[in-house]
Amino acid sequence: MHQAALLGQALTDSRKFGWECSQQVKHNWETMTEAIQKHVGSLNRSYQRALREKAVAYVNSYGEFVEHHKIKATNGKGQETYYTAAKFVIATGERPRYLGIQGDKEYCITSDDLFSLPYCPGATLVVGGSSVALECAGFLAGLGLEVTVMVSSQLLQGFDQEMAEKVASSMQQLGVRFLRKFVPVEVQQLEKGSPGKLKVVAKSTEGTEMIEGLYNTVLLAIGRDSCTKKIGLEKIGVKVNEKTGKIPVNDVEQSSVPYVYAVGDVVEGQPELMPVAVQAGRLLARRLFGGRLEKCDYINAPTVVFTPLEYGCCGYAEEKAVEVYRKENLEVYHTLFWPLEWTVACRDSNTCYAKIIYSKFDNDRVIGFHVLGPKAGEITQGFAAAMKCGLTKQLLDDTIGIHPTCAQVFTTLEITKSSGLDATQKGC
Amino acid sequence: MWGGGDYTPASLTCLVSGSGQTTCTPSLPPACWGMCGHPIPSQDGTSSWTLYHIGNCGLLGSRPRLLLVLPSQRLPLTPAGRQCYDLLVIGGGSGGLACAKEAAQLGKKVAVVDYVEPSPRGTRWGLGGTCVNVGCIPKKLMHQAALLGGMIHDASHYGWKVAQPLHDWGKMAEAVQNHVKSLNWGHRVQLQDRKVKYFNFKASFVNPHMVCGVSKGGEETLLSADHIVIATGGRPRYPTHIEDALEYGITSDDIFWLKESPGKTLVVGASYVALECAGFLTGLGLDTTVMIRSVPLRAFDQQMASLVTEHMAVHGTRILRGCTPLRVEKLSDGRLQVTWVDLASDKKDTGTFDTVLWAIGRVPETRGLNLEKAGVRTNPNTQKILVDAQEATSVPHIYAIGDVAEGRPELTPTAIMAGRLLAQRLCSRSSDLMDYDNVPTTVFTPLEYGCVGLSEEEAVARHGEERVEVYHAYYKPLEFVVPERDASQCYIKMVCLREPPQLVLGLHFLGPNAGEVTQGFALGIKCGASYQHVMRTVGIHPTCAEEVAKLRISKRSGLDPTVTGC
Repeated sequence: MHQAALLGQALTDSRKFGWECSQQVKHNWETMTEAIQKHVGSLNRSYQRALREKAVAYVNSYGEFVEHHKIKATNGKGQETYYTAAKFVIATGERPRYLGIQGDKEYCITSDDLFSLPYCPGATLVVGGSSVALECAGFLAGLGLEVTVMVSSQLLQGFDQEMAEKVASSMQQLGVRFLRKFVPVEVQQLEKGSPGKLKVVAKSTEGTEMIEGLYNTVLLAIGRDSCTKKIGLEKIGVKVNEKTGKIPVNDVEQSSVPYVYAVGDVVEGQPELMPVAVQAGRLLARRLFGGRLEKCDYINAPTVVFTPLEYGCCGYAEEKAVEVYRKENLEVYHTLFWPLEWTVACRDSNTCYAKIIYSKFDNDRVIGFHVLGPKAGEITQGFAAAMKCGLTKQLLDDTIGIHPTCAQVFTTLEITKSSGLDATQKGC
Repeated sequence: MWGGGDYTPASLTCLVSGSGQTTCTPSLPPACWGMCGHPIPSQDGTSSWTLYHIGNCGLLGSRPRLLLVLPSQRLPLTPAGRQCYDLLVIGGGSGGLACAKEAAQLGKKVAVVDYVEPSPRGTRWGLGGTCVNVGCIPKKLMHQAALLGGMIHDASHYGWKVAQPLHDWGKMAEAVQNHVKSLNWGHRVQLQDRKVKYFNFKASFVNPHMVCGVSKGGEETLLSADHIVIATGGRPRYPTHIEDALEYGITSDDIFWLKESPGKTLVVGASYVALECAGFLTGLGLDTTVMIRSVPLRAFDQQMASLVTEHMAVHGTRILRGCTPLRVEKLSDGRLQVTWVDLASDKKDTGTFDTVLWAIGRVPETRGLNLEKAGVRTNPNTQKILVDAQEATSVPHIYAIGDVAEGRPELTPTAIMAGRLLAQRLCSRSSDLMDYDNVPTTVFTPLEYGCVGLSEEEAVARHGEERVEVYHAYYKPLEFVVPERDASQCYIKMVCLREPPQLVLGLHFLGPNAGEVTQGFALGIKCGASYQHVMRTVGIHPTCAEEVAKLRISKRSGLDPTVTGC
């Protein structure tokens, strides 16, 4: 859906590049979701095929522990089957959290619903400041919908806050409205429909102010809860963090019960990322049955927030780096940059931003990489590999840039934050 | 020593000039001196003398009026009427400007002399060199225009209600040209800000320390400097065996400045310039043919090169392999008729085109420099200036960087870095030399090809097939799925040493945004990345770049390298 939104932007750009595209292009939600769901369906089938090919029995049932080494599997019709195994892996992931206010479950949707929504959501209130919230708000706005984001406290908690604010700012430039420091207290349905009309009452988190708003859709993106509550873990004594619902594991993915392992979003203290889960799962299988020793390396797992202007990062957020290393032991190089493709498209020259954090210990090793710009994921991946190899400032300066790209801007970073010099872009 | 102001040579020797005239004079007003230095060894071989003629510097062919022979020495100060600099840079392109700006920033008195000889078509442009005016910048913008055409097509699959539009070349060209002009201006301002003197003169050497600059109007100025950097770059080559090639064909010097669409175009050449141009012309909806004499992208990994051209062929570019043009004739309606021969079958064929674009290579811009007057040596085959690791030419205080230098990659960022490091060395701020190993690059064909390090064939040649392991994958970008784009040529190859930890020797990526993907991995290779390092790197999902971190299938295993699943 992010791609669909980016293509909308491309249509606007294309006119500047000589394409005789009509000014007001409309978007059809149903065409898009149908195409997307078709692909998702093919992925479902390919996973089933892959399991079959590897002779893995696939059971479409709800599993829960009943005693040590034994689970009960209940299918959609209520039929129960029991399975025993020497080893178990819990990879039940998470589901979106609800607010726990009046009208939330009845009238609000979540990311679980959005991608197969059979009708256009219309004017949408996105509740939350997570990457899910911002990504959804971003593409909905890019598809031409009126979008408001209501955040109770921080945006992109856990991420570099300077970058988070820049992300928000770039979204504001696209017309997304932010309501900061508010939280919904009630959702009422004014009109039924696809979409209908909803009234949201919200309260300020800092005072007594109350506001109201009318929306077609309310999308809750306030966080995700681990699916560890109703799978019988307490029956076998698997320790679960009461507060977060996540399962603490050791460095070989083992829970407090030796024959029970956990991978993916359900694991405590690991990044909630698909490639992390895949890597952890694969390596776990190899250790359990393949005689291999390799452990999953979670350090410097890169990630990207696919907001309209993408944000890629690897390593420390600046504030975290300051906390761990102390400011005087760090150097931060930064610059604004103007992608060449944005010049003719007449897009702003001082929105995209690149930042590198070096630790003065260890030969100026790169400990934080941040980029706000197009194709941030494609850019960040290679840098993550370089950081894995111990990237330093010297090596960065010695590497020749590929011209013209956005990524090359990292090979010519000259301005430090400590110098106080202007980081705006001028010239080729 | 020369003094400033009135100079009265105490001792003069009269000498017969090359033209047969002899004259002696006791003193001369310095203002009317011109000099043209030729080192002449003395008869006993212990010293050398420099021959000067008085009058103008002879560029316009007039005969010298007077002769002076003086002991050869450096020119410390100049008489009035001449300019003396710490550093004189000939050529205001990527390398020249970077060098000049860096030296000025380090406190030196710097001048840049830049001049654009119009193309045979009459195309001319401003300050900034090839990259800014007739290279990387306009190329990437036109490539982007072509890519946007593809995106418009995709957009309809994603729900946007849009019909496939027509493309207006003139509108695009104007926008591109305006951006280029803003960069020309930006460079002028930057030079001014750093107090670098800029001359729009055509420069040529008078002697090792002196250059004569001729303005567009024909006025001459002499410029001398302690150090001189030659950064004159190159220009497109024209075929010598085809009559009227200059008159009937254009080159990359012209294509980006055309006000009107080139129409049905024949691109002759197999270089990345040829393929990139043919690629964007096709993407803009123009009927485009590429004529390749032998192999495409000769200097690149050949498996990747053939995937690049395969993609182009599948997507509408007509590729004529193994053919070479014989004749170009102008028809009565103004179109061009090209006759060519298929080298394998010896069969001739003809075609009619609106435009013929020669992209058969580039020649260094050394011909008009009078390098012999400075004693700067060139490679007789390539005409490029011979340099050492310090970028110094055969004359110690004269340097050459960028495309004009022998054995250097013809890339903007290497020229820039070489220029900067050279300036730092000249200002004694550093002794760092340029490292030309593992320079990443990207070919901006419709399906982009990014690479760094060795090609597979180079790796095998260097280490032997048994010691090389190649991991590869065919993958499908997620964005291609909904619009049902053909991803058959989306391919990645990592060439490694077979011995653990399997050092990465080269990475080759064919797919969208190849430049953005390749840059970070190039850094990794600079850091001595191994296959193990890359495999331990967590992927970013969903991207194309993560497929590099997911490479598992080796060529040696013979297994199917097609990525399946999510």
